[in-house]
Amino acid sequence: MKSLERDLRALRDAGRKLLVPYFMGGLSENWTEYVQAAVLAGADAVEIGIPFSDPMMDGPVIQEAALRALARGTTLDSICDDLVRLDTTVPLIAMTYYNIVLHYGLERSAGKFSSSGIRGAIIPDLALEETEPWIAACDSSDVATVLLVAPSTPLERVARLAAVTQGFAYASARMAVTGRAEGGGEGERVVRSIRRTSDAPALIGIGIATADQAKQAADVSDGVIVGSALVQVILDGGLASDVEAFIRGFRGAIDG
Amino acid sequence: MSGNGTHMAEPDDRGRFGDFGGRFVPEALMPACLELEAAFAEAWSDAEFVSEYHTVLKEFAGRPTPVTPLTRLGDHLGLRIFAKREDLAHTGSHKINNVIGQTLLTKRMGKRRVIAETGAGQHGVATATAAARLGLECTVFMGEVDTERQILNVFRMELLGSRVVPVTSGSRTLKDAVNEAMREWVTCVADTHYCIGSVMGPHPFPWMVREFQSIIGQEAARQLVDLGVGAPDIVIACVGGGSNAAGVFAGFANTPARLVGIEAAGGSAVGSGSPGVLHGMRSLLMQDEFGQIEEAHSISAGLDYPGIGPEHAYLAESGRAEYYAIGDEDVIPALRLLSEMEGIIPALETAHAVAWMAKEAGHAIPTGSTVLLNLSGRGDKDVAQVQAILRGEP
Repeated sequence: MKSLERDLRALRDAGRKLLVPYFMGGLSENWTEYVQAAVLAGADAVEIGIPFSDPMMDGPVIQEAALRALARGTTLDSICDDLVRLDTTVPLIAMTYYNIVLHYGLERSAGKFSSSGIRGAIIPDLALEETEPWIAACDSSDVATVLLVAPSTPLERVARLAAVTQGFAYASARMAVTGRAEGGGEGERVVRSIRRTSDAPALIGIGIATADQAKQAADVSDGVIVGSALVQVILDGGLASDVEAFIRGFRGAIDG
Repeated sequence: MSGNGTHMAEPDDRGRFGDFGGRFVPEALMPACLELEAAFAEAWSDAEFVSEYHTVLKEFAGRPTPVTPLTRLGDHLGLRIFAKREDLAHTGSHKINNVIGQTLLTKRMGKRRVIAETGAGQHGVATATAAARLGLECTVFMGEVDTERQILNVFRMELLGSRVVPVTSGSRTLKDAVNEAMREWVTCVADTHYCIGSVMGPHPFPWMVREFQSIIGQEAARQLVDLGVGAPDIVIACVGGGSNAAGVFAGFANTPARLVGIEAAGGSAVGSGSPGVLHGMRSLLMQDEFGQIEEAHSISAGLDYPGIGPEHAYLAESGRAEYYAIGDEDVIPALRLLSEMEGIIPALETAHAVAWMAKEAGHAIPTGSTVLLNLSGRGDKDVAQVQAILRGEP
């Protein structure tokens, strides 16, 4: 078992609801300060976006963040190098698109992630049927491959996804790209479908924009992922202290 | 349809043509792709469906399109040239073949709505047309840049009862229209079919669209025999995503004919691209050293695409087909050449193929060769742009 799953299971088993915020790597000069602030405010793991020119699964907020990061010359290397300076034991999870790691080299990406504190990868356009080369490339490193389960996924397929996913199972609450629809939607049903065959942590994402929504989703799952709503705070000029307050609000809600 | 060991056979069970193709889509879309694959395979082996498809092509789309000997141009270039007249199909290009197939399939799958991306607007107009005929709701995503370049096609789609959504993300051209259509499809996949306009995207689209377009090559092969010409020495078609080329190549892939695809120099995925994953497929793409997709730039909106259909990537790699690029500067002279010598104003996309033929006659195309030119579309949509260029307007 990869360390990401071991750590998240331990937290879950101790009764903690997991909170996983998303940040776009390289969005600004000081982007790692936002990550640090989130850790300080109680994040259990942090997703780090590695920008791609054509983010098929992302709505306008993450698209804008990706464009801004790319305009600054952000690359997989520059993000990983910035992360080395980050002082945290909280697991980091890369979120990117397949062409980025394919181009960098699959094994080389896994190695680079490992040496930068990244212990998981979410690659939304890497369908279950195409995961094998990537998972094999991560074999010798401690990088977990996190798969998404969608509201449209039939039960038989949920079982196969749950058997392959590592770290946790990412339950999409909505049939939507990121940041376009709000509310827990079908998250509860998706989590139930995962739990039929798997006891891996099941986290709800896509559609979680407010602390209230996070609370509702966390009550029926093992935790939540928040992306666009948080990235919007930063795009609007928010400071690390604003991010800290945002995460504390979510933390308080899901712990309450 | 195909046999083992033949060219342009069916992809493997993961939708691969060699190393290219596959299915790289978010999990939310996987069930729809699997459903579509099963539905298409079932329909395409159902004689009733195939017969309905052929009937609609005949009664509604005006097929078969003729093969026209281009005698004056042939004498001028020292070639024996025959044009497959997709410009005479309903809506003015080969795009109608594919959308009739896909909209019939949409109905058969019990879906009520189609969405589509479009570059020049040809596929958008064709989809809007086929949707109107079947009473399907239709939304077309079009890069904002292209809605300005092709304003009349936007109006045509609206006249046909479709909604056109200008796409303002990224380079605001075809590649971004595909992204936006994919994003939309995630939200409505239960009742909506994404009618992709070329031999691209996740499996089964590259295969299915090629099958729906292969009518071009099948007809042309038969017509050349009927004309007493027999098999051509060379088949030439323009390539953006590559659907008209795939369609005409399919009729000659297992003959000795050379197959030649002509890309726009500013959108040349075979000429200047490398393997990568975009829009659900592994293919050749124009991208930078970090895997970021580059923007294509072409005089023709329909060739303004940084990728190419995966089967073309495979045909290029295996050497069965050859691909060359033509720059913007050669396109207008070619359009004028065909217009003045043959009385056919081709689409700017098609003019790329004409340009290569004119340039290489007596060189890469030996004098006296029998050439089949796929005349993929008519130039009506482009005349305002051509006029502006000839007047030296920006």
